[in-house]
Amino acid sequence: MQTRLTINGASQTRDVAPATLLVDLLRDELGLTGTHIGCDTSQCGACNVLIDGESVKSCTILAVQVDGAAITTIEGIADGDVLHPMQAAFRENHGLQCGFCTPGMVMAGIEIVRRHGPNVSAETIAHDLEGNLCRCTGYMNIVKAIEAGAKAMGEAAHA
Amino acid sequence: MRDFAYARPASLADAASAFAGGGEAAFIAGGHTLLPAIKSRLRMPDTIVDLAAIPGLAGVSREGDRLWVGALTTHAAVSADASAISALAKLAGAIGDQQVRNRGTLGGVIANNDPAADYPAAVLALDAIVETDRGSHAADDYFQGMFTTALADGEIVTRVGFRVPQAAAYAKFRHPASRYAIVGVFVARFADGVRVAVTGAGPGVFRWTEAEAALSANFSVAAVKGLVLDDGDLNTDIHASAEFRAHLAGVMLAQAITDC
Repeated sequence: MQTRLTINGASQTRDVAPATLLVDLLRDELGLTGTHIGCDTSQCGACNVLIDGESVKSCTILAVQVDGAAITTIEGIADGDVLHPMQAAFRENHGLQCGFCTPGMVMAGIEIVRRHGPNVSAETIAHDLEGNLCRCTGYMNIVKAIEAGAKAMGEAAHA
Repeated sequence: MRDFAYARPASLADAASAFAGGGEAAFIAGGHTLLPAIKSRLRMPDTIVDLAAIPGLAGVSREGDRLWVGALTTHAAVSADASAISALAKLAGAIGDQQVRNRGTLGGVIANNDPAADYPAAVLALDAIVETDRGSHAADDYFQGMFTTALADGEIVTRVGFRVPQAAAYAKFRHPASRYAIVGVFVARFADGVRVAVTGAGPGVFRWTEAEAALSANFSVAAVKGLVLDDGDLNTDIHASAEFRAHLAGVMLAQAITDC
């Protein structure tokens, strides 16, 4: 089925089998393997991407459903070699250990800023991360990273 | 997943004909129940008919004593826009997680009628009208037990009209992983009486008529003290026994009354 895709700003039309999940299209056909498949049951959030700016679990949406929409993956948020403020905050705050959940956590962090603004509280961040699982260690530094990333995004917006 | 045909019609009439000609067909809205069901092979449709391109199916609007919510309105949008019934907005904001709320829809939930879903409790307690492409159903007639509704094959929910109550609250004991209700109780107080709906506890949402009678006479936690659901009709699974669910229903009822 002919599907219009805008992924990380680049538009193309592809022939997509209707039963293709968005995450499989991204990873297997487009080589964008930064988006991970963790649980495949819409619980872990490792596959989060932004669809028209809102975070969505890409394991639970068909690629044909995003016809005409703008998709942003973890590969599309940095500005060349300059990390996105949320990515930089994860690095600076040791917000990852093995890194498997990190792309989804970063996307969830960007969603949290969209919904709550740059001064979002740690408590709200912890609550809004309920759809993201980290199985390494815990969430303390992830929450800290998103708190810092949110502030940095606010400063970048006013710079 | 096994392959299927996919149609994205731009009108209800085209959706109905795509469904009728699609073999074993399924409608998709947000897809957050249908796609997991397909992955686990509980559903194997030949055709998926996407309702997303049909105009006019999303949004929240007040008309007289009812708040109308379009079938394709996401949980996130209900959470943000249904402030005329704050208990409804709060319920929507506690379904699943943020990513699920960005996709899941009211119409999808009530067409599926999962016995542990939250929305059926609101639809039933708020004496809602379920409008479809063919007519309408009163909430009292709409829910017919586990995954069963009054919808005919191929009938499409278009919007739901919730009666605006004097006060209402929803309390749920949620499963910590899935966030579905192990037991959820929705209490709605109207000028002509109180309605109480229970989800998660039994094979489908139901009204707790003894609680309604007691609260209509005296709206207080004291009025329902000692009231216990008959656990003979309740679910037992790995998460909770019927006896525990009966107990939880009383606790959630008291919580909802307090929050009204």
